[in-house]
Amino acid sequence: MADYDTVLVRFGELSTKGKNRKDFINRLFRNIQYMLRDFEELEYRKAYDRIYIRLNGADHEKIREKLQKVFGISSFSFTEKVEPTMEAITAACLRIAENSGAKTFKMITKRHDKTFPLRSDDINRQTASVILKNTGLKVDVHDPELPIRVEVRSEAAYITSEKIAGAGGYPAGINGKVLLMLSGGIDSPVAAYQLMKRGLNVEAVHFASPPYTSENARNKVLTLAGMVSEYQGRMKVHIINFTDLQLNIYKTAGDPYAVTLMRRMMFRLAEQIAQKNGCIAIGTGESIGQVASQTLESIACINDAVRIPVLRPLICHDKLEIIALANKIGTYETSILPYEDCCTIFDPKNPVTKPTVEKAEYFEKMFDWQSLIEAALADEETAVVQPPRNEESFL
Amino acid sequence: MQRRIYLDNASTTNIHPEVLKTYEELLETYYVNSESLYDEGSEIHRMMEKARGAIAGLLGVHAEDIIFTSGSSESNSAAIKGVCMADMSRKHIVTTPIEHSSILNCCAQLHRLFGYEITYLPVGREGSIRLEDVRRALRDDTAIVSVMAVNNETGAVNPVEEIAEYVKKHSRAYMHTDMTQACGKVSFNMKNIDLASYSAHKLEGLKGSGILVRKTHVPFEPLICGGEQEEGLRGGTSNACVNMVFAKTLRLALENGKRSHAYIGELSQRLKDGLRKIPGIEINSPENAVAGIINFSYENIPSEVMQNALNRQGFMVSARSTCASRSEDPSYVLMAMGLGAKRSNSCIRVSLSHRNTEEEIDLFLKALKEITEQYG
Repeated sequence: MADYDTVLVRFGELSTKGKNRKDFINRLFRNIQYMLRDFEELEYRKAYDRIYIRLNGADHEKIREKLQKVFGISSFSFTEKVEPTMEAITAACLRIAENSGAKTFKMITKRHDKTFPLRSDDINRQTASVILKNTGLKVDVHDPELPIRVEVRSEAAYITSEKIAGAGGYPAGINGKVLLMLSGGIDSPVAAYQLMKRGLNVEAVHFASPPYTSENARNKVLTLAGMVSEYQGRMKVHIINFTDLQLNIYKTAGDPYAVTLMRRMMFRLAEQIAQKNGCIAIGTGESIGQVASQTLESIACINDAVRIPVLRPLICHDKLEIIALANKIGTYETSILPYEDCCTIFDPKNPVTKPTVEKAEYFEKMFDWQSLIEAALADEETAVVQPPRNEESFL
Repeated sequence: MQRRIYLDNASTTNIHPEVLKTYEELLETYYVNSESLYDEGSEIHRMMEKARGAIAGLLGVHAEDIIFTSGSSESNSAAIKGVCMADMSRKHIVTTPIEHSSILNCCAQLHRLFGYEITYLPVGREGSIRLEDVRRALRDDTAIVSVMAVNNETGAVNPVEEIAEYVKKHSRAYMHTDMTQACGKVSFNMKNIDLASYSAHKLEGLKGSGILVRKTHVPFEPLICGGEQEEGLRGGTSNACVNMVFAKTLRLALENGKRSHAYIGELSQRLKDGLRKIPGIEINSPENAVAGIINFSYENIPSEVMQNALNRQGFMVSARSTCASRSEDPSYVLMAMGLGAKRSNSCIRVSLSHRNTEEEIDLFLKALKEITEQYG
């Protein structure tokens, strides 16, 4: 293993951002520092089109794992920083080649410092010939197992052998704030991830129906929020007691329209919480056709209750795609814990799949939902969650 | 901070301060292996054997009859499998459908793997079984009869002494009883009982501690094979200090059981009187149940919802057996009693100890009434 001492971070989608470039970089810089906050030995430097992180002995495998979660990074590489001389460059390249276990390689040099005595091509040739002479590796310019990149700058030369794909997207928080409806199922944490990936800051609202839903169900939602909060740092979760609204809906509308009405009420609550907290849109984990309340007719009828834009990042994802993403971000196992289903009282037997606004409004005229919504909002609780850590005192 | 009230003493109990103190003292001093030959090992071995003798004395059996285990699930498994595996020519087991899962699943396993036939005795409305049904179920090839002394969900008491006497007189089968919920509440003559299971943590003792009484005339194969510990009947380095404090745990439980019998009876009566005043509540525990366990149903609110609601108000109770409380099935015990799916799906078990107070009962009844009014 070569002695990596610097991480070179490349930005994503920057070319499209024009005048927002500075915000983008500053935000990304802060997000990276936040993600790596446990590694106090790191030193950061911002350059025009790169961020450099000096490792100072930090475990580069752990750093790699963390950096892959930072949105806005297109790729990064662990690099060796050496003196900008041919001796140092060749020695480092040779060491990387010797330790790689690869059979083929290719040299890729960029000479930023045009005062360096050799041209990029010459650097390639000289280093390659040393590697060829001293190791069993062969050159393969089309599909090398080991591409060795050399960047020659005036202050130092950076040598790197692996380009690691970043998470892509925009730095979390750069594109405004959205209020996500977080249920504790498989979909909504994935939706949070997708929204964050596009640079949005996500707050969450959870609707609980105690005692029909348990404390465990509520804790599960907070755990899930904590898990996805890693991508943006921390997350505010609004918890709304939905029991009274739910009981009234069932009393008034009965089975087929209950879910439609519940969802309309949830959207209304979310709209008000969003406005109060500076969120420009609400987000959901809905996916067309997945359940009765997610048919196109249902979505239209439910959406009719609010004016705020609703973002549905999973709308055209198949369930299996969503599950694959949930596994990738590590929320799946928690999502499928059974607390949600502890009570089947509110599971509709015959939910309407093509509800109409007229009919929904007809039921809504029959009870005073406005004051129930006010009461629910007055009763709101908030929690700020962070990625889980093992800090139990008995461990 | 919300006041929390513990009404789930059949699940487990708070440790007795004297047990805890003794355990801590023992742990610091007696850490060597009780099988070691040096003086310290012999000393621990001696103390453990002394404890074994004390336990035997309290139960009215011989010291050789006591096997230390990790608790009732192990004792139950060891009893059923130990007896069956010692003589596989008889492949019939008589038990009840209201046993703890450790018995039921052992029987199911023996049926599945070795073709054992299991007879489940019918359960009456009173939650207990009758001698005449045992009489009818016994066969020449019955290897073991296992009937719990007190049911963990309803507190119903089975006529174990009578059954044991009959089984011993009229068959070759061995008689096992699960004493987990009975110890300190119901006393038995152990004369006709061949095997019995006990657990410490139900008696203000330690988790992971129990015994199996297995009289020496019973052919027996060990569940856990290992060294010569426990006469080769239960392998693994002896958990010496834990085994030692079982003696004190049992002594205190029997003493306190006698002393607080009347007190718990009063609390129980107060609770039942209060329950009868709440419309819609039906008491599932039979009249003959031990006083400490009161099972009831409120059909309009499923168990899990009721538990959540009570939890929010600070009350810790169970529905069915705690080991099954995360499953959605109705209580198999109440179903076996013929109480129907709705009642079996909405049961709540309150279990009392001498630490509970009248005030706690009153607070519980008040909260329960409010919940039934709000969500019923």
